[in-house]
Amino acid sequence: MNFILQNALDTKGNPVEVVVEGGRVVSSRSDGINHELVDCSGLHVLPGFVDLHTHLREPGFENSETIRTGSMSAAAGGFTAVHAMANTFPVADTAGVVEQVLRIGKEVGLVHVQPIGAVTVGLAGEQLAELAAMHDSAARVRIFSDDGNCVHDPLLMRRALEYVKGFGGTVAQHAQDPRLTKNAQMNEGELSSRLGLAGWPALAEESIIARDIMLTELTESRLHVCHVSTRRSVELIREAKSRGISVTAEVTAHHLLLTEDLAESYDPLYKVNPPLRTSDDALALREALVDGTIDVIATDHAPHPKESKDTDWASAAFGMVGLEFAYSVAQQVLIDSGTSNLERLAEVMSTAAAKISGLEGQGNYLLPGYPANLTLVDLGQAWVAEATTYSKSTNNPYQGSEFKGRVVHTIFNGEFSMRDQKVRGADTYV
Amino acid sequence: MKDLLSAADLSKQQIIDILDLAHEMSDVNEREIKKLPTLRGKTVVNLFFEDSTRTRISFELAAKRLSADVINFAAKGSSVSKGESLKDTAQTLEAMGADAIVLRHGSSGSAHRLAHSGWVQSAVINAGDGSHEHPTQALLDAMTIRQALVQEPIGTDLSGMKVLIVGDISHSRVARSNLILLRGLGATVATCGPATLVPRCLEPNGGIFYSLDKAIDDFAPDAVLMLRIQSERMEASFFPTEREYSRVWGMNAERLSRLTDSAIVLHPGPMNRGLEIDAASADSSKSRILDQVHNGVAVRMAVLFHLLAGDKGKKQ
Repeated sequence: MNFILQNALDTKGNPVEVVVEGGRVVSSRSDGINHELVDCSGLHVLPGFVDLHTHLREPGFENSETIRTGSMSAAAGGFTAVHAMANTFPVADTAGVVEQVLRIGKEVGLVHVQPIGAVTVGLAGEQLAELAAMHDSAARVRIFSDDGNCVHDPLLMRRALEYVKGFGGTVAQHAQDPRLTKNAQMNEGELSSRLGLAGWPALAEESIIARDIMLTELTESRLHVCHVSTRRSVELIREAKSRGISVTAEVTAHHLLLTEDLAESYDPLYKVNPPLRTSDDALALREALVDGTIDVIATDHAPHPKESKDTDWASAAFGMVGLEFAYSVAQQVLIDSGTSNLERLAEVMSTAAAKISGLEGQGNYLLPGYPANLTLVDLGQAWVAEATTYSKSTNNPYQGSEFKGRVVHTIFNGEFSMRDQKVRGADTYV
Repeated sequence: MKDLLSAADLSKQQIIDILDLAHEMSDVNEREIKKLPTLRGKTVVNLFFEDSTRTRISFELAAKRLSADVINFAAKGSSVSKGESLKDTAQTLEAMGADAIVLRHGSSGSAHRLAHSGWVQSAVINAGDGSHEHPTQALLDAMTIRQALVQEPIGTDLSGMKVLIVGDISHSRVARSNLILLRGLGATVATCGPATLVPRCLEPNGGIFYSLDKAIDDFAPDAVLMLRIQSERMEASFFPTEREYSRVWGMNAERLSRLTDSAIVLHPGPMNRGLEIDAASADSSKSRILDQVHNGVAVRMAVLFHLLAGDKGKKQ
């Protein structure tokens, strides 16, 4: 498909015309080719979003999500690449599983599905998985994570960091001391005491981050911290970066926007891991996102079937969907708040994540010769979130929320994966 | 009022009204024919996901004394142990015609969830949800304190009363409901226990004590509420041994003798004699433990009456 995006604005707010030929951005239109003209008046063109933290649930938990439904949700959220977490069944701890995920992602074709490999066999935290085999596979795995579980054994974490250095890999840590969070249900504090829900103390995250930073310094490897949720975690990462340690960090959209008081409803829609924290934590996370301490916004999109949430709080699963709301949250937090700008938004939603993951075809914005992975947004569109999204699951904490700003078109490898807020192939998919 | 989920649901006047009504109801328990026709035709379901024979029997008796039909549903050995959810169980029982569900559940907030999720229309009474609340226990404790220590109990609150709650405050639904309800009645409430089991963030208006001896001497409580210690707390390193717990935080004859003359001792039961309370204290003239049991039936009659009498109960 050859087309020209006309009348759009770039991240600086300057008018821009984008010519796409053969799936790539080109500097000027070639003669002898028919271009479809796409009017993008009022829209800003951004680099296609890259999510470092997505649970697509396939293989194994297709009742929650499939690579197809997750890809549709990703396209609807403006993503052109997602990183599929390893906690599937079977766990993505071998070359065979990551190649299967990659292959199904390609067949669906709405977004680049980049598998993340498990650090340890079966996420059990006992023995390193075949990291090099996953890296050398067709899936070219570069990020490894036991997400859902913390690699809490310090020796094993040291070994993992050392081992991935050999091929430029990154360990993405789910920072949660398991002993300090036994049966934990929500953020520990006055509210958890009042509600009688077992507390998840901030220091259970911070102590692991502090240790991992020191291990990363020792091994001179690369650490990525998943879903940072507390003020002190931010301070630890800020200090590590100032000392030149190779650490990157993500914050989820929900930790930027939502806070622990939602647990007062005892509605497990708001049960997530790490838990929603205080408004002071959320403020620290927003500041860190603006000043660069936190590199990216991730979704931690975690679909669950209705029966996993239609229960009492303690019985319910942790997690919430997020792919289709991340952009609107980012706009609210960075643009509408007046604290930052669209260029920074493009970094935290796309380019920084592509760089952390080493995805060559992503996050290049309008560079001629690179695959056209672009997202067009309307900063002014007001909308109300519905419970149902393209995701197979409805554990959506934003349902009923009012947002300003929404993704309008998503272009993946030069094709519209979503056009005028309709995902390609969604009509025919049952 | 449709449900009773938390002591915080009740205004001071509502608490006094319930206690006054319970006072009247307890007279029924003294009659030869211990029955009122008030709730004839209503169905009360005791839905117990945790074993609690005492609370269940107390609710059962309360409902029966008001002529309601009572169904007891114990989760153990039932469909629940085969994985049925709270939602399905409650909806099944309501489909059989329940007007009120008395819920005991191990998960904090379960009663709130049952009442607010749209699963059922019945009135929901929280008979203990995890570590959260147990409002009827707090009502019966308040009734017992008022009866024992206030000259003219009817219509009065507990202003000026000092109540000390001793034990595992962190995991206690009894403590949480009492902290709210007794304070709502104007009492000064202090907590006491090992620092591992007394949350700093539940700041009571009477302060926190880490030594029972100091609490008795400095706080001079009018009523001491001893909480039951669960054996799993010891296994989880909240305190080293039962012996040490008993020595530092247990009620015994010596400590009993240092309480003021009029002071009383309460315990929600079942007691671990020799752990949090010794036999001399449990059986002493200061003990009001059996009054608590007696008042429990009366208070639950009053609550059922408030929720179900007349056209109340099922929502339209």
